[in-house]
This record gives sequence, C-alpha cells and structure tokens, in this order.
Amino acid sequence: MNSIPFTKSITSIGEYFLLIANVFWVSLRRPPQFSLIRNQLYDIGVASLPVISITGFSTGIVLAAQAFFQLSAYGLTSVTGLMVAKAMMVEMGPVLTAFMITGRVGASMCAELGTMRVTEQIDALKSMAVNPLRYLVAPRFIGGIVMLPLLTIYSCLMGIIGGYMIAVYYYGMDPQTFLDPLPVHLDNFDLFSGIVKSIFFGIVIVTISCYKGMTSSGGAKGVGRSTTNSVVICYSVILITNFLITIGINSLYPFLERFIPWMVK
Amino acid sequence: MTEKVPKIRVRDLWKRYGPLEVLAGLDLDVYGGETIVILGRSGVGKSVLLKQIMGIEVPESGVIELDGQDILTSTRREKQTAYKQMGMLFQGAALFDSMNVLENTSFYLNQHGDPRQTDLITKKEIYERAEEALKMVDLEGTGQKMPSDLSGGMRKRAGLARLIVYRPSVMLFDEPTTGLDPITAMQINELIKKTQQELKATSIVVTHDIRSALEVGDRLALHHNGKIRHITTKEEFFQIDDPVIQTFIQNAEVSKSMSGGL
Repeated sequence: MNSIPFTKSITSIGEYFLLIANVFWVSLRRPPQFSLIRNQLYDIGVASLPVISITGFSTGIVLAAQAFFQLSAYGLTSVTGLMVAKAMMVEMGPVLTAFMITGRVGASMCAELGTMRVTEQIDALKSMAVNPLRYLVAPRFIGGIVMLPLLTIYSCLMGIIGGYMIAVYYYGMDPQTFLDPLPVHLDNFDLFSGIVKSIFFGIVIVTISCYKGMTSSGGAKGVGRSTTNSVVICYSVILITNFLITIGINSLYPFLERFIPWMVK
Repeated sequence: MTEKVPKIRVRDLWKRYGPLEVLAGLDLDVYGGETIVILGRSGVGKSVLLKQIMGIEVPESGVIELDGQDILTSTRREKQTAYKQMGMLFQGAALFDSMNVLENTSFYLNQHGDPRQTDLITKKEIYERAEEALKMVDLEGTGQKMPSDLSGGMRKRAGLARLIVYRPSVMLFDEPTTGLDPITAMQINELIKKTQQELKATSIVVTHDIRSALEVGDRLALHHNGKIRHITTKEEFFQIDDPVIQTFIQNAEVSKSMSGGL
C-alpha cells in the first residue's frame, strides 16, 4: 500500500543524483556563458554579504561572551580567542553560512526555477535548443561552489572580529591574549576542514534547490510547496553531511600528518 | 514514380503518464509548407504530441522523422541541428519573465546565431532582426517592456515574434487563440497565416477552436483516444460520417452560436 510513495522517493533520489552528474558533465564539457556565471557569483556572493556579516559577527560575539563567562570560573579566559576562531572555522562558519545561503539564495532559486517550470519557460528553452541544465543550473552550480567557501571564510573573519570586540571592549581582555594563540594553534587543517565542508554545502544547496524547482508542478501552490520542501531538505542534508564530513576529515588527519605535513601545520 | 517524403513523419508514437495512455500508436504525416490543424477536446494529449515532436519530452516508443531522418535515434549533434530548425509558440506564450520583450525576441539569435546564415551575426543585426519581428506582429515600441506589463494578446504576439525571428522551417502552435477575445484571436490567426506565407514554413497548430482551425489550416485532423482519427482537407472534414467528429463539430457550433456565432 505504501509502495508508491517509497518508489517515488527512490525515483526522486535517482533523478537527483542524475542531475548532479549531468550538471558536472555539462559544466565541464562546455561551460556556460561567463555573463551567466558572473550574475550568479554576484547573486550568491556579493548580495549575501550583509546577511553573512550579521550572522558571522553575532555568532562570534555570542561565542566569545559564553566562552568568557563559562571559562572564567576555571581561569581559562585566555583561550577565548582561540575557542571563537576554532569554532567559527571548523563548525559555526560553514554551517551557519550554508543555512543563511539556503534561506536567502536556495529558496529563491527553487521558486524561480519552479515558476519557470510551471509557466513552460523551461520547455521554451528546450524548444529553442537550449539545454536548461547548462543555461539555468550550471551557472548556479559554479556560483555555489566558488562563493560558499569565500563566504565561509568571510563569515569566520567576521566572527573573530565580533569575538575580539566583545572580549576586548566589553570584558576588558588584553588584545594580545586574545590574538596571540591564533597563529600558533590554528592550522591549515582547520581551514581545510571548513573549506571542504563549504564546498559540499554549496553543491547540496544549489542542486537540491534546482532539482526541487525543476520538478515543481501544480501551479503557484506547487511552487510554494517545492520551495518549503527544498529549504527543509537542504537544512537536513547540511546537518547530516556536516556530521559525515567531520568524521571523514578527522579520520584523514593521521594520513595528512604523515604524507602532507604542511596541511596540519 | 517517387513518393513525396513528408517534412514531419510520426509513426506508432506512444506516451503514457502513469496509467494514462495519452498517445497510443499515433501516426501523422505533415508535408512541407502545409499547415495541419489538430483538433480535439481539452486534455486528450494534443499539446503532448507537440512536446514529443519538439523534443521537450521523450516518448515511450515510436518514430519521429524530420526530412526523412529519425530524430529520436539520431546522435546528440543531429538532434541539436534538427531542433534548431523548429520552433514552438506555447499556450501561455512562455516568455522569459526576467527579460524584456526585446531580449526575449532576440534570445534564440543570441544563443545560436542564425542557423541559415554562415557568417557570424552581430549584436546590432540581432537587435535589428528582433525589432523587425516585433514590427511584423504589431508590437513596435514595446521592446523595453517586461512580459508582466503585456496583455494576453500582446504576450502571444511577443511569443510569435520570438518564434519567427529565427525563421524556423517547422513551426508548432499550441492553442494559439485560447483565452483570447474574438478580435484578438482573429489577429493572431491573421498573423499565423501571414508568417506562414512569408516564411513558407511547415506548421502544426493544435487547438479546440474550430474557427481558428478553418482560418489557418490546410488540412484538419481530429485527435481522439491517443490517435489521429481522421485527417483530411477542411472542406471534407465536415462531411465525414463519424459520430465522434460530428459530436465535436456540433458542440463547437453550439458554443460558437452561444458566444455570438461566426
């Protein structure tokens, strides 16, 4: 009795992975026009700067405030800066940036492609011998892969600045105590970890949003439903992949330490 | 004596959506330069047929030939070449709502250039061609307007301009007059005839509007139960002694007389 929704889910997952494979293929075989990529770089990256600034900055402030408060009882307030920076680089920066981009960009991508789908604009592209994957999805895909890591790094910097400001100007911490441990204890592995996560999150956000948009049906209500679903699925997949990537990357540490030592310095 | 090869030849075409059999072994021949109108009730799969011919959807089985070459089994490059010669006007015009009318009209030429021209086409030429197409459909001066600023009839005409700008050799029209008032519908019919005469293209028009069918068609066909039930000249179409056709014609006559008649 429940076999139809189950079959549908399996089919959707298959279609989704096929879309990822096809987008990789069309992007590599004949990359989309640069003007289309540039527009997406702007939409995903530059236009997201205000919201990423607020998210990164406020997270840094809260992390520093909590760290200072919680650690003061043990006399460990000197690690506040390091704690903020590490947390931002390996976890908070990538995940929160991905969440904000899902809400700001992913939802809009899904709604835009969904509207194009239900108003036959995607069919019109096909009727003019234009591949919708190359024209619509590939520029967003490239934009997501390029901009998510950059936005994540920016978010981390904003977090560290926020943490520095609250620790130094509110709690009166010595600036050197906040900053000195950072170059010593922050290593390339932390940066690598954050960047790998953000690349995966970029792929997840763009492909899920585009897939849900391009398979929308049922008019305006259907587009609304697809958009809600795409946001919920993106959040869930980001959390699950974050756990899997964390486990995967951490297990790589001994290998990197042995064969690519500069990566863990 | 050699047999005349149809411009478009469809054989044993099947398409299902779940349990619903929309095309059930459909056959159709359309000869070069003619306009065939496919009539049928709403929801019988007339638009689905156009989408299979245009390559927007893939049928379960069957043959679709363009100039004697099976499009479905051809290589990706051959398919691309075949589809570049074809164009379609959608029921709701399907204008790209992020672009203005001029950008919509010049879209194909910006993407592919002119397939009939070996020299590279310049941006200036593209916009001149787009302006010319807009003039042809009486939409001069609307190039900077967005699709959302246009009325239903204007959107259809802009869609027609986007189609004729690259002079396709095969034009498919999906319900070109549906949802339009009788005067605008008549204008659209006139434009289809005019562009048909100027471009000498092969056309398939799908509609349930008999008046429109009589205006633009050389031959009429009735799509029923996933197949073409009859295909003949418009004069003979009304003489066919088939209850399905007679019921369709009578109902169309009734609805016409109720809405003011011919």
